[in-house]
Parts: sequence; structure tokens; C-alpha cells
Amino acid sequence: MKSRLRFTLQLSFTLIVCLFMIVPVAMSVLAGLTENYFVGLQSGLTLRWVNEVWELYSDTIWLSIKLALACLLITTLIGVPAAYGLLRSRRRWANAIEELLLLPVAVPGLATALALLLAYGSYREFRGSWLFILIGHVLFTLPFMVRAVLSVMQTAKLPQLEEAAASLGASFRQRFFSVVIPNCMSGILAGALMVITLSIGEFNITWMLHTPLTKTLPVGLADSYASMRLEIGSAYTLIFLVMVVPLLVAIQWAGRLTEQRR
Amino acid sequence: MKAASKQPLGAASFSTRWMVLTVPVRHKSLVAVLALMPALIVFCAFWLLPFSRLILMGAEADRSSGVSAYLTILTHRQYLISIVTTVGISLVVSLTAVAIAGFVGFFLARQHFWGKAVLVAILTFPLAFPGVVVGFLVIMLGGRQGALAQSSLWLFGERWMFAYSLAGLFIGYLYFSIPRVITTVMAACDNLDKSLEEAARSLGANTWQVTKDVIVPGIAPALLSTGAICFATSMGAFGTAFTLGTRLNILPLNIYGEFTNYANFAMAAALSVVLGAITWIALSIARRLAGGNLGASA
Amino acid sequence: MSSSVSITLTHCSRTFAGGHMALQPLDLKVNAGETLVLLGPSGCGKTTTLRIISGLESPDKGGQVQFGQRDVTTLPIEKRDVGMVFQNYALFPNMSVADNIAYGLKLQRLSRFEITQRRDEAMRMVDLQGFGERRIDALSGGQKQRVALARAIAVRPKVLLFDEPLAALDAKLRDRLRIEIGQLLRELGTTAVYVTHDQDEAMALGDRIAVMQAGRIAQLGTPQEIYHQPANAFVADFIGAVNCLSVIATKPDGQLAVHGGELSAPHLLGATEIYCRPEDIQVVPLNQADIKGQVVQSVFLGQTQRLLVDAGGTVPLQIEAPSRQRWPNGTAIGLALPFNVLFHPDKPTTTINTKEMANG
Repeated sequence: MKSRLRFTLQLSFTLIVCLFMIVPVAMSVLAGLTENYFVGLQSGLTLRWVNEVWELYSDTIWLSIKLALACLLITTLIGVPAAYGLLRSRRRWANAIEELLLLPVAVPGLATALALLLAYGSYREFRGSWLFILIGHVLFTLPFMVRAVLSVMQTAKLPQLEEAAASLGASFRQRFFSVVIPNCMSGILAGALMVITLSIGEFNITWMLHTPLTKTLPVGLADSYASMRLEIGSAYTLIFLVMVVPLLVAIQWAGRLTEQRR
Repeated sequence: MKAASKQPLGAASFSTRWMVLTVPVRHKSLVAVLALMPALIVFCAFWLLPFSRLILMGAEADRSSGVSAYLTILTHRQYLISIVTTVGISLVVSLTAVAIAGFVGFFLARQHFWGKAVLVAILTFPLAFPGVVVGFLVIMLGGRQGALAQSSLWLFGERWMFAYSLAGLFIGYLYFSIPRVITTVMAACDNLDKSLEEAARSLGANTWQVTKDVIVPGIAPALLSTGAICFATSMGAFGTAFTLGTRLNILPLNIYGEFTNYANFAMAAALSVVLGAITWIALSIARRLAGGNLGASA
Repeated sequence: MSSSVSITLTHCSRTFAGGHMALQPLDLKVNAGETLVLLGPSGCGKTTTLRIISGLESPDKGGQVQFGQRDVTTLPIEKRDVGMVFQNYALFPNMSVADNIAYGLKLQRLSRFEITQRRDEAMRMVDLQGFGERRIDALSGGQKQRVALARAIAVRPKVLLFDEPLAALDAKLRDRLRIEIGQLLRELGTTAVYVTHDQDEAMALGDRIAVMQAGRIAQLGTPQEIYHQPANAFVADFIGAVNCLSVIATKPDGQLAVHGGELSAPHLLGATEIYCRPEDIQVVPLNQADIKGQVVQSVFLGQTQRLLVDAGGTVPLQIEAPSRQRWPNGTAIGLALPFNVLFHPDKPTTTINTKEMANG
């Protein structure tokens, strides 16, 4: 009986915390679909605000997607070899380098952005292009790709597999593409999902680096929160959630996938 | 673009030459160096070099006081208060989050009941919400038309609000901290050696004693590390603060203000370096203690 | 099968970072078609030797590795034409059983027909027919090692290398696979180097055995030589059980006095210690005994039993006795130690031909 009571109390507390997490999200979703939030639900449900957001901000969504994909491409191209390099380096070196690569995550995005602005902001064309933001996103997401790939590489006993492939006559290139890459695919997948999710949601760096012509989704969000009516901000948030929640589900699924491999 | 890449290339080739010299030159380490090269070039060109310049820039004269910006921070109450406020609120948030979410995470890791997966999903999905969105969610809770204002209007006839104050900031930080702690604690509980618990029970320990003597020490490193990550994230949570109001006297907003409103680059740089140093130290300690998670976005 | 080659290591040493010399300068020749077993405790340098032969490690400056007449010292493993079987299988989890076995063949750019043929032949040789489509993680340990074996022999290597291939398997399976590997090696006639720390495996598989200790070869010889004429105390002790009797005095008539009795061993005159194997000591009636003692413990082993006999020395003697007889603790027991089973490894007289002695 006593343990029953304890369970109930613990569950109630957990439920309260859940409410704290979910209520504002639910309210925001609702507000984005309500005709007039002042009046309340009786004013009726509508997609009018979503449409309006699409008209006002669709370019920010496309830019965010473009950025996320470009960011994914670059982090994969430089992150997978980097993870392999770390795997192959001496432990002390690998730790030091990993710590270095982690700095853009450990240090607040605001500081990274400021550093980039002060160093490269004077190159007008570069500063005004979306590539400037891309740099920030790559710095910020790269460690997540490296870490995801490296952790799979470590559990996959890659050095042994490579030795086996070499003993059968495989050159370095053949080993890398037939053994290394296929065996850390789950890590690349997990890293890729993480990179896309983080890139789409990145605000702290992007806000400092954006120009009126290079607004991303979160920048647009901040913009709408500050200057638009609540329904529009909510509808915009709703669009963001629709984009990000599937990614989060996929991340969880990928995480389970790599866990099973272990 | 072309001009931009000139300097950094020099920096990168320096760092690799240095590595080749130290690591015995064997085929394997050459491959490792080559594989690491692109990432290191990007890092050096676009982070290490700019950030080094930022550190130097912080030593330049502040616009208003005329002395080095680092020195100005130390001698002006306004900046010191801002640092103390930011550190203070981040600390309180981390402790609260670890207490609340540590408890919930442990409960969820150990109990199995119908619908648990849904609760876990609700509690962990906000992990990837950017700071701005979290700020907006706080407004939904405690703003003019927020949940609290509406219910207090209905009950007492007046609107209660907290969103645009430090309390709103606190709630916002708590909001993005809780999922981090819960995921970490649940993972730590899963990794806990079950046989230790069974051994304690076989020796006659009751539930409370097992918790105190086995479980809490077992997940303590995870708690410390996730607490540090929450602290660091809160320290730099620009997005949330930005959404909730620019009048709050905390570091990220000060940096932003110095940079955009006063064009006081030296001071903005100096404050950024201070902020970066604090979070980096907190996270290094965390990694040393638990060796796991990365810091994350907010 | 490709004709087999000999392997020659000349002055190969290996020093690791930090100055630890895992392998002292070593000269070793593995004859064409022969199976050489490198046997020793962990850290003795046997795996390093194997990795130098394979090309996964290179010897320190001055060392040379030859396959036949060809100097392969600077060739990486992928150019050496070897087949290697690893302790932890090292199968590619991203490929099926058949793809694992065909991997090396595909790298050789053989025709599809030939790949299929040689893959199936290799699978037949290790008794894996019908497993081709299985995933690697759906196999048992024994099956995994068969796949690894098939993968290594499918490419028809000049040299087969085994790095403790059976160490991860349980005892029953180990015995069975050991026999199969032995048959396979005889069938193929490929030069093979086999690393193990298990003496039974070494005895069963090796045409010759190199017992290694602390980065050196302690003895190189046939299994019979290693067992019956160990070159030193380490080898004697590492291979099988051995008794060591200290000589108390040499009698004027040439008899050696030991604890519990006297031994006649003219070929060991002057030795301070005498060695003999437990199975070479016979239990005899007390009046015919060379040594008398008391049984202190008997350990039943199934086909035999191991008696521990206290004859007055510091360590009880180990004797292998028939399994059905009973010797309760405390029983007085007589032991016969014929001179031709006594040996002393460090004394050069060991090499004396015992058959000649018996005849003369």
C-alpha cells in the first residue's frame, strides 16, 4: 500500500512537470489556429494565419532548409574524415583536438558570431551572403557529427576490420569505402539528423550574422514575435514544430538503432 | 571570400607541421593528419583566428571609459552586477532543473507503466527548441494573454504576468534545462550496474538505503555534468532573453546592446570573452567529470 | 593452390613508443608448406612477430622479412598475399557471410563465375554450405570463426596467419575446430604461422613450435623435442607439468641423493636439479622404489588421476596414476624414476641420445 502511494505521488509530480512542458506548446499551437486569440476558441479555427505566415516568411523557411542541407553536406565531408582521423590518432592528441573542435559549442553562439563578424565582417560580399551564416552553422554543428560518427567507429572495432580487409588485399581507398563508411553509417545518420535539427533551430549565431536579405526561420520567428500579432507568431511556431518534430522522432529512432548495434 | 581565406591557411599549415614533427612519422599517423586537416583548417580559419582577435580586441580601449575594456568591466558596477546576475540565475536554474528533472528522470527510468513513452516524449522533445521559441512559450505562459494572466483574470479579476522579468527568464531557462537533465539521468540510470543494486539488497538495504548508497553515487557524475551543461547553456541563452525583453541586465543582452546600440566593439568583445571563459570552464569541468555529452543549443 | 613459400625473418626486432622492446632481434625461418606455431604467455612477443610477418607492423630498422626469395619488408599487408584469421573474427558486419568470403576475391577483380566458384569451394571446405545469406550477427562464435577461415583461404594466399583464432571459443568447440584447422592446413599445404598460448593447440597443429619468452625464442623444435627435451626450465615448465627434484648429494658410487631416495642418472652428474614429467613416474611396490613418500592428495581427472606425493622436498611431487586405483591420503607409496625420463634442460648433456644410453 505504501509503495502504491509513493508511486502515485511520484507519478503526479512527473505529470505536473509534463504539463509545464506541454501546456505552452499546446497553447501556441491552438493560438496559431484560432481566428482571434483574444476572443478565444469560440471565434473559430482557421488556417488563415498559417497562410499569412507562408506569404510573409516562406523565404526564411527555404533559406533554413538550404542552409541545413549545405551544412549537412559540409559537416559530412569534413566531419567523417575528421572522426576517422581522431580514431587513428594517439589518444592524447585525439582528446586535445576534439576539445578544440568542441569550443564553438562550449562558448556561447553570441561570442562566436561576434568573433566572426569582427574578423570577416568587412568583406562586404561575403558578409551579405548566406555563406556567412553557413560558416557559423558548420562550426556549431561539426562537433555533433564528429562525435556521433566517432562513437560508432569506436564500438565497431574498426581498426580490426580494416586490418582484416587489408590482409585480403584492400588498399586504403578500398578499405575506407567498403569497410569504414558502411560500418559507421548509423553514426553518420544520427549525426546528420542532429546537424539538420540544430541548423534549422540555430538562433544565437544566426541572429548576429543575418542581414535583411538572409533571414532564417528562427530569425523570422524572433521577428514575428516582436512585431506581429500573437496568432501569426503562433502559426509560425506551429510551422517550425511541424518541421522539427519529425526530425526529433527520427533522432530517437536512430539512437535506438545505434544502441542495438552495440 | 578569396581574401578571407588567406590568413587562415597559414595558420592551418602551421598547426599541421607542428603535429607531423611531434607524432612519429609513420604511415598511419600521416593518414590521421590528412583526415583531420579539412576540419582543422575550417576550425582555425573561422573560429580560432577570429576568437583570438576577439580576445585581443577586448583589451582595447572602451569607448566610454577610455581604458582597456577588461579593466572597465572590473571597475564598473553595471557590468559586475550583470555578470553576477547572469551567473546567479544560471546557477539557480541548473540546481532547480537537476533537482526536479533528476527526480523525474529516475522515476521514469525505473518504473514501467502504460503511457510512459508518451511522457518521455513530451519531456524530451523540447530539447531542440531554439531559445527564441522557448521565450515565446514563456510568453504563452506568463505574458499579457498567457495562461496565468487568463486564469488570474477569471479568478481574481486582474492579469498576473511574469514573462518580461527575471522570473520569466528563470522559467524559460528551466524549460530548456529540464529535457537535458531528464535524458542524461535516464541514460545514466540505464547504464547503472543493476548487480550493484542487487548486491546492496542482498545485504539487507531497503529502498531508501539503496537509493542513497548506490543509485545517487552512481548517477552523481551524470548529474554534475548535466548540471554544468544547463549552467553553460543558460549563461549564453541569448534567444530566450532576446524574446522576453531587452531591458534585462544580463550578459548576452549587454553584449548585444554594446555591439548594436553603442558600437562599443571593445566592450562587446571583452564581455563575450568573459562569457565564453565562464561557460568553457563550466563545461570542461563537466566533461572531466562525466566524459559524455556535448553542450547544446538554446 | 598456389605453391607455398618459405618465410625468413632476419634480425627483426620491434621497439614500441616509450622504448619498450616487445621483440628482441630475431632470426626465424618458416619452411615452405610448414605450420609453425608461436607459443608463449601473453606479452612474449608472439603476436608482434606474427604482425611483422603479416605487414601490419614493420620491424625496427635493420630487420628484414622475406617470402621465398622476395624481400617484402616494406610492403604493406595488402600487397603481401597473406590470409589472416583474427582472434575476434573481424568479420564485416555490413556484409553477409557469402560477401565476407567473396570480399578478397572481388578485390582481385576475378570474373563473377570464378568468384562464385571459389567462394563456394571455401565455404565447403569449412562446412558452411547454406549459410551464405546469413547476417554476421546471426552466427555463433564457432560459425564466425569458420567464416573468417573461409575468407582467408578463399584468396589462396601464399601464407596463412592465425592470431589466437580459437581463444574466444569454449573448450568443446575449440577442440573440434582445432582438429578441422589441422586437417585444412594439411590439405592446403600452405605455409602457416599460428599464434597461441595454448600448448595443446600448439602440439596438435605445429610441425614445429617456437616457444617464446620475453621477446625471444626460448626454443624452436618439433613438438616432441619441445616436450621431451626442453631447452630450459621455462620451456619445461610452460609445456605441460614438470617435477623438479633438488640433488642433495652425489654418492661415491655415482647415485644422486634426492629427498625420499636415490636416483641413478649418469648423464646428469653434477646437476643440482633433476626434472621429470608426472606421467613418466611409475608407481611400484615399496621394495622396488627409487623414491618413497606419502600421498598427500589425489585429484581425480577422469581418465587418470594426479597424486601429490610428499617425499620430503619443499614441493610435493606430481605423479600421474591409473584412474581406478585408490590411494587414500597418508598411504606410503613407492616411485620408480628410470634414468631415461630424467632430464635437466640447462645442462648441455640433455642432448644425449637416450636411446643409445638404454642400449649401451
